[in-house]
Amino acid sequence: MVIGERKPFDEIMKMIEDHNKIMVLGCGGCVTVCLTGGQEEVRVLSSQLRMAREKDGKPLEIIEKTIERQCDPEYIEGVQALLPEVDAILSMACGAGVNFMAETYMGKPIYPALNTTFVGGSKKEGYYVERCQTCGDCKLYYTAGICPIARCSKSLLNGPCGGSAKGKCEINPEVDCAWQLIIDRLKSLDQMNRYEDFMAANDWRHNRDGGPRTMIREDFQR
Amino acid sequence: MSEFEPIIIAFCCHYCAYGAADLAGSMRLEYPPNIRVIRLPCTGKVTPIFLLRAFEKGADGVYVAGCLEGDCHFIHGNLVAKPRVNFTKKLIQEVGLEPERLEMFNMSAAMGPRFAEVAREFYDRIKKLGPSPLNKKAHVTSAAA
Repeated sequence: MVIGERKPFDEIMKMIEDHNKIMVLGCGGCVTVCLTGGQEEVRVLSSQLRMAREKDGKPLEIIEKTIERQCDPEYIEGVQALLPEVDAILSMACGAGVNFMAETYMGKPIYPALNTTFVGGSKKEGYYVERCQTCGDCKLYYTAGICPIARCSKSLLNGPCGGSAKGKCEINPEVDCAWQLIIDRLKSLDQMNRYEDFMAANDWRHNRDGGPRTMIREDFQR
Repeated sequence: MSEFEPIIIAFCCHYCAYGAADLAGSMRLEYPPNIRVIRLPCTGKVTPIFLLRAFEKGADGVYVAGCLEGDCHFIHGNLVAKPRVNFTKKLIQEVGLEPERLEMFNMSAAMGPRFAEVAREFYDRIKKLGPSPLNKKAHVTSAAA
């Protein structure tokens, strides 16, 4: 899932300082799962904003709403009727959701309440880790399912660097050396022969370097 | 200016602090009448929004009272509540409220005197802090009237 982290409170306050009535819009997708932009977080942020503004003597009215996904026109349409009532929208979705909202509703300011940080998963409840860099050219077959692009600090493709010590990365003793993990796993699978295969440099055109990407399912096009 | 009397909300677990409050009553122990008790099935029910709403609706102080650590009726509800209370302290601090206005206490149902003691201590703490920044204006207005 896409992981987001809430922006510092003061930054959010600054964004909405000129508005008297806003909508705090949550997203029921990834950010609900990673506990940063779902219904509960909409309630918490709205309550905080109302209190902070009340304290400053500039009361703020808030419409709290959460839709299924902000990256899907089908659900975005659901807020249209409420838009004339508010001065601006504070979106608690990832960056994609904010973009979709901005593209859909001209003339209505839309602000991000989150910093979109990475694609990952939950190690345990409330603890999220990066596992994919969306490079667009998966190497996971060769690396026993562990991604050297996302998990090696240098994104090395053909084995560890000299900074690998006791299974950890030199950037931080808490960070596992991705290549140690890969080699341990290849050994457990008796597939060390794959480590011997030379991996060519990544084709970064499939990454962001080739410009914004699209994925089209032809059978769904009308 | 009239004497400030804080509004204090106490979220109490049914299996311990609520029982302790009952015992404190049976023992005829005195504690400030400013404490407004809200009974919960377990402090594990508390989420940040419960606590924020209390402040938003006018509380000057809020505390959560759960079972002694290791003695939760639902095994670990009070250990779920503890980090949530600490997290909410940061949230109210962002808003501009003193984190001391929020606290978590642990007690058993047999600790009636402790319930009264906590109530008195917390009352004194909030009294010293003064009205919540959200209520200051209302307090001044009512004092003027």
